[in-house]
Amino acid sequence: MVERLEHEVEAGKVPAEGDAVQARLIEILAEVAATARAPIDLSGEPAVLLMVGVNGTGKTTTIGKIAWHLSKEFGLSVVLGAGDTYRAAAAEQLAEWADRAGAELVRAEEGADPGAVAFDAVEAARVRGADVVIIDTAGRLHTQTNLMDELAKVRRVITKQLPGAPHETLLSIDATTGQNGLRQAKIFAEAAAVDGVVLTKLDGTAKGGIVLAIADELGIPVKLIGTGETLEDLRPFDPTDFANALLSE
Amino acid sequence: MFDQLSDRLQATLSDVRSRGKLSESDVDAAMREIRLALLEADVNFKVVKAFTKTLKERCLGADVLGSLDPGQQVIKIVNEELAALMGGTGSELAFASSGPTVILMAGLQGSGKTTACAKLARFLREEGKKDVALAACDVYRPAAVEQLVTVGGRVGAHVYEKGTDADPVEIAAWALEQAKTERRDVLIVDTAGRLHVDKDLMEELADIRKRIKPHDVLLVVDAMTGQDAVGVAESFAEAAEFDGVVMSKLDGDARGGAALSVKAVTGKPILFASTGEKLEAFDRFHPDRMASRILGMGDVLSLIEKAEQQIDEKQALDLEQKLKKNQFTLEDMLQQMRQVRKMGPLSGILGMLPGMGAMKQLKNADIDEGQLDRVEAIILSMTPEERANPTLIKGSRRKRIANGSGTRPQHVNQLIKQFDQMRKMMRHVASGKALDPQQLAQMSGGAPRPKIRRR
Repeated sequence: MVERLEHEVEAGKVPAEGDAVQARLIEILAEVAATARAPIDLSGEPAVLLMVGVNGTGKTTTIGKIAWHLSKEFGLSVVLGAGDTYRAAAAEQLAEWADRAGAELVRAEEGADPGAVAFDAVEAARVRGADVVIIDTAGRLHTQTNLMDELAKVRRVITKQLPGAPHETLLSIDATTGQNGLRQAKIFAEAAAVDGVVLTKLDGTAKGGIVLAIADELGIPVKLIGTGETLEDLRPFDPTDFANALLSE
Repeated sequence: MFDQLSDRLQATLSDVRSRGKLSESDVDAAMREIRLALLEADVNFKVVKAFTKTLKERCLGADVLGSLDPGQQVIKIVNEELAALMGGTGSELAFASSGPTVILMAGLQGSGKTTACAKLARFLREEGKKDVALAACDVYRPAAVEQLVTVGGRVGAHVYEKGTDADPVEIAAWALEQAKTERRDVLIVDTAGRLHVDKDLMEELADIRKRIKPHDVLLVVDAMTGQDAVGVAESFAEAAEFDGVVMSKLDGDARGGAALSVKAVTGKPILFASTGEKLEAFDRFHPDRMASRILGMGDVLSLIEKAEQQIDEKQALDLEQKLKKNQFTLEDMLQQMRQVRKMGPLSGILGMLPGMGAMKQLKNADIDEGQLDRVEAIILSMTPEERANPTLIKGSRRKRIANGSGTRPQHVNQLIKQFDQMRKMMRHVASGKALDPQQLAQMSGGAPRPKIRRR
C-alpha cells in the first residue's frame, strides 16, 4: 500500500503535500478495507448465520446484538442455537441475550454434540417459520485441529439439512489481536468457509489494523463492528471511517 | 507457543555456533536477525531496541570473542538475557501471614479471567492442599456468575456469589468476611472484563482493590494481543497496581510478543501461564525455562516436575517388582498410560525435550490423542481375567471387547500383539540380556503407533 502511494506521488498524480498524501492514503486504506464487501445475506428461508472464533473474542455477545437488531429494527423472528456446549454457562449467557432480544433459544445440556444443537436449531426455525437462525459455537484456538474438525462438521450438518446454508459464516476477531489475527482468519476460513469478519471491542484503544491484512490477503471483508457492551453497540463496517480512525491519534 | 520466534532465533544461533571465530560484524549480523525476529513476534519496539543493545554489549565483551568457543558463549548470553527479559528466575505469589490470602483478578473482556480463576484455584489446591474459595464479582456479563459457580464446582472451590443485583465492591467485601469466618486459606476474586479506557469501570476496580486490600493483584493477558498489550498493561498498572501477570491462551500459535514485552514495560513478572482448554492446563511461568525452550534447549526441569507430581512412588515400586517378575498385565499398562497422560497432552511433553524443536517430522505433527483413547477403551472393555491373561481372548471374547469399546476385532488383536511384544522385551531386560535390535524394530513396527498427522 505504501509502495502504491509512493508511486502515485512520484508520478505526480498526488501532490507531494502532507494533507494530500494523507487524504490519498486514507482512500487507499479504505479501498483495501472495502475488498469483497457484501451485505449480510438474509435471503435464506430461514437464513442461517454461523458464528465462529477464538475464545473470548465476543461471539456470544455479538450474536445477542445481531439478534436484537434483526428482531427490533427489522421485525424479523429470530431463533438462536446454543452451540457452545463446552464452556460452563455459555448457554445461560446466550439465554440472557435471547431474552433481551426477544429471540427464541434452542439449547442442549453441557457436553452435548454441537452438530446436534445446530440441527435442532435449524429444524425449530423451519417448523416455526422463523426468518433467521443464528448458531453460536464454542470458542476454539485455531491451532487445535480436532476442534477445527468439529467446526467443519457443524457446518456440514447445517448444509446437509438445508442446502445453501449456512448463508453467512461470521468470524469474530478481537481488535486487540496482533499479527495472529491473520492466522486465525486463514485457518477458520479453511475449516468453516468464513464469509465475513465481525471486529469486536473497537471501543478500546486498539484499532484492529489486522483486518486490513485479512481483507487484502484472504479477501474476507469486515461486515460488522462491535463498540460496546449494550445491545445497540453494533454497527455496519464503514471502510472510510475505519481508515480515518487508523491514522488518527 | 513461540514457534515462529523460536525457529528464527534457532536458525540465527546455529549459524553463529557453526563459526570457529566471531568477528564484530558476525555479531552485528546476528543482532540484526534477532531484532527482526522479535519485531515480527509483536514484541514492543522499545523493548526490542533495549534488548539487542544489552545483548550486543555483552557479546562484544573481550571474554566472549576471545574464548575458545565464542558461538556457545553467545548462545548462553542470549539465553540469559531472554530469561531476564521475561523476569529472571521466576516470581511467587505473596501469601498472607494469617487469615485468607486475597487474590484479585483483572483484565480485558475475553482475556480468560473466569477460567484463570478456576485454574488458579485448582493449582493452589493441588499444590498446597489449600482451601480455596472464589468470589463472583462480574455482575455485568450475562451468566458470568453461573460460569464461575460451575467451574468452581469442578475444581472443588466454594463460590461466594450474590447474583447480579449487588454492587461488585460490596460483593467482594462480603465474600472476604465470609472467607475469614469460614477460615479459607485463599480467596480469589473474579471481576468483570473491562476496557482500560473505561473510566467508571477502572475506578470500580480501584475501589474493590482499596476495599479488600488483596495480597496479590493479577492481570490476565491474552497471549495473542498485539502492540496494544503494552498500553493495556500500563493502564491497568495505574488503576489496579497489579503485582503479576497470568498469560492466557499460550497454547495457540501466537508469537508471544505480549509475553516478552509486559515485564520489560511494567516491571511486573509473569507468574502463571495458561496453556489449554482443560482446567489442569495451568502452570507456574518460569522465564529461564521458557527461554531455554524458545532456543530449542528443552525444559527437562519442568518435565521432571510434572512427572513427580503425577507419578505415585508406591505405584512405581509395585510396577518395578512386577516387571522383574514378569507379571506386567494389561491393567498395569492402562495405569501407566493414564499416569503419562495426566502430565498433559503428549505434544506438550515433547516440547520439553531438548532438540525436539529441531526434529522436522515432529514439527508440525499433531499427535492424535484419540488413538490413546481407543487403547483405553479396549482395555476397559475387558474383564479383570482377560486383562491379567490376554491369551484368553479368542473369537467371541474379541468380538465382545470390540463391540464394547466401539472398535473392530483387528484393533483388539493389534493391542494384544503390541502388549505381547512389550512383555517379551521386558523379560529380556529383567533377565539382564542385551536387547536384540531386530526385536526392537519389530516392536515399534508391529505396534499400532500413534497416528501422526501433518498439517
